[in-house]
Amino acid sequence: MRLSFQGKKISGILTVVPKNEINFEDEIDNYNFTKKQCMKLKLVMGYDKKRIAPYGVCSSDLCEYGMNYLFDNNLLKREEIDALIMVTQSPDYFMPATSNILHGKLGLKEDIICFDISQGCCGFLIGLIQAFMLLDQPEIKKVALLNADVISPKVSKRDRNSAPLLGDGASITIVEKSDNNEKIYADIKFDGKNAMCLNIPAGGFRMPSTPETAMEKEDEAGNFRALDHLVMKGDDVFNFVLNKVPNQIEELLKSLNLTKNDIDYFICHQPNKFMLQKLADKLGVSYDKLPNNIVENFGNASGVTIPTNICYNLKNTDKKLKLLLSGFGVGLTWASMVLDLEPLKFIDIIEF
Amino acid sequence: MRDTIKKIIQDNRPDIDDIENTAFIDDGMLDSFDIVTLVSEFDKAFNISIDGADITPENFNTLDNMVNLVKKNGAK
Repeated sequence: MRLSFQGKKISGILTVVPKNEINFEDEIDNYNFTKKQCMKLKLVMGYDKKRIAPYGVCSSDLCEYGMNYLFDNNLLKREEIDALIMVTQSPDYFMPATSNILHGKLGLKEDIICFDISQGCCGFLIGLIQAFMLLDQPEIKKVALLNADVISPKVSKRDRNSAPLLGDGASITIVEKSDNNEKIYADIKFDGKNAMCLNIPAGGFRMPSTPETAMEKEDEAGNFRALDHLVMKGDDVFNFVLNKVPNQIEELLKSLNLTKNDIDYFICHQPNKFMLQKLADKLGVSYDKLPNNIVENFGNASGVTIPTNICYNLKNTDKKLKLLLSGFGVGLTWASMVLDLEPLKFIDIIEF
Repeated sequence: MRDTIKKIIQDNRPDIDDIENTAFIDDGMLDSFDIVTLVSEFDKAFNISIDGADITPENFNTLDNMVNLVKKNGAK
């Protein structure tokens, strides 16, 4: 589905990462790899450092910390926020919504709209699309888009498909009306037939958690995982990304009469280093235009990787940039967007 | 080319004795992490980038299939 927006902009991005840094090499005994394999995969897949939240810390805690940082540093005022969108797959509770909890913790006004969206790797783009649509309302002038996941408690430490890569984190993106009438274009697609390529089998209403669902069992590849843990069919996800995402990006650019040279940076979700290099090769985009250093420095915190990518790699840019954003993963969901990013009021990464 | 590919497989999986006659996938000898490592090393050795759409188990099932794979992706 093709979407377009006008008169909207991102005005600030803050990423919050847990202080606690885990090194892949300290965990290799958990995995069914030889030491030599581990070191090769470290290079190829980008397994290195990841940030993991302390036990008991939830998505709302990282968001609350980041929002208070913005308030305390006069980068944002409580009363300015007309809408709060929380995109997460790791809500504090089934009910109430985490956005309601944050609304209370942050002391936001009653005249506001708050809601949660359950999305992961594509969650930044879904959240932006929703924020842009809200900004069509005359009463809504500023939206706080929160992407956060503390998914590590749902990842088996002995699952080499997921554990080396997944990290925790949060981002706050302020989206507001703009006098600039540059259009923003997006394309979004869904494939629910393959929804279970990335899933957590137990813990919801379909299969409530029990002592049995908490028991770890070995799969055919030597991973130990319980039904309460995240399962990623890595091969299927890889093939999905390489088959669907390059075409989407090519078609979006073609429809806008843009070439890849017109794009300053391709800012993509970062599942692992290998997949992104293959994506860059397939698109014919140089590695310096498609930054690929978030997984190895912070881990993949699903919808948080794109804003982290912007904060980490574009912080020192003081000119307007034309970006292509692309998110893909759980759902299966994939979306790409072309937008101009003007110099931001704030762009930073802080530690929780 | 064939010898280079054999050497890369041998280096990664010294436990596989008969590289010429093994069905790596059918016999459960290679998993997806082996494939990722092989792709990365083939790319480097032949200065190519194997297309993501070609990274399928069948293209890694035999030595012949791997030779065809790197040829198809531009190895000279």
